[in-house]
Amino acid sequence: MTGSRQSGAIRMIAALLEARTGQVLSENRMWRLETSLKPLMRANSLRSLEDLVARLADQGGGPLANDVVNALLNNESSFFRDHHVFQMLATQILPHIAQTRKEKSLRIWSAGCSTGQEAYSLAMTLRKQADLWKGWQISILATDISSSVVERAQAGLFSQIDVQRGLAVNDLLRWFEPAGDTWRISQELRHMIDFRVDNLFEPQAPSGSYDLVMCRNVQFYFSAEMRRKVFGCLARHSAPGGYLILGAGETVIGQTIDFTASMQFRGIYERVRPKEDASSVKAA
Amino acid sequence: MKNCLVVDDSKVIRKVARHILESLNISVSEACDGRDALNQCESASHDVVLLDWNMPVMNGMEFLQQLTATKAAASRPKVIFCTTENGLGHIKAALDAGADEYVMKPFDRDTLESKLQIVGVI
Repeated sequence: MTGSRQSGAIRMIAALLEARTGQVLSENRMWRLETSLKPLMRANSLRSLEDLVARLADQGGGPLANDVVNALLNNESSFFRDHHVFQMLATQILPHIAQTRKEKSLRIWSAGCSTGQEAYSLAMTLRKQADLWKGWQISILATDISSSVVERAQAGLFSQIDVQRGLAVNDLLRWFEPAGDTWRISQELRHMIDFRVDNLFEPQAPSGSYDLVMCRNVQFYFSAEMRRKVFGCLARHSAPGGYLILGAGETVIGQTIDFTASMQFRGIYERVRPKEDASSVKAA
Repeated sequence: MKNCLVVDDSKVIRKVARHILESLNISVSEACDGRDALNQCESASHDVVLLDWNMPVMNGMEFLQQLTATKAAASRPKVIFCTTENGLGHIKAALDAGADEYVMKPFDRDTLESKLQIVGVI
């Protein structure tokens, strides 16, 4: 294949990814695209990216296009990723919510949940605070654009490497059982989470508003326009004063005015209260 | 600077562990069996011990039992077992004997870093 034909194929595959997920391939990722797709091409007896694009055109989307998108998404995740974030959640943010909410209802959205470690880490944290949440209605929604990672999250099976990254051995013993070469997470935790395939710019799965939204290490894959859409969506589904947790290198600054840095919790953002709501709080 | 005693009869494992630990700004001493490690624990203090299970002369479990028998919890280093013994029985036995964490080989930098965070060394 010539360089220009190959770069044409790369551009078409990048366009497919952007149309399906909103993610923009950086220059760096674009040139690693062929490596990411090699196993898929081999499985489909395709010799080049150009052959893959031709097959995609023949099929007009369908399962192969889904497989291409799944293969290109970065699904890196780990339990209790960013240790300090979960420590702050466990010792400050969640107790604060429990003490200040009038209604005993806690709604959490793990947006861009990958293989489920973040949502399961939240579930473990909440279960360990059983006394704090006694009598509460707790729901955890976890969504990701990739159907393959959502299936893995739902199955709750993790490799030996997965269950060691970030997970304390006591949590391994309490929440997992060996299943062949893998470890299966407990049914109790699986039942706490509603895993759904969904995008972040026109999502169908979230309903109403959430007290805590975790959307980490997702924004930097989006264009500026797409980030605005995603923040708009996160704002629509965040309760007034609700918390937003982004990845370590991500910020709301210059992206949206719907969230502001929390004065109370370092590195955490809060949904700005609508004016009438803010005044009613002041009056109260 | 925190320091770690790596106890393993495999020179390769000690080298890999040293490489990872030093990249995390942790200084490293090495011991090739439990007896050697006990001697080093008597003459120097360590923040954490990365401990293999199966070793000649004195295995990891014997080392841990002697360490806990001679040093109070507050004055002894954190102990992270690092072993190919990956069954639930071994993990439970290690925790019952006083281990603070458990790493199943093979391991990588992320795993070791997160376990060190969990035991509070970094």
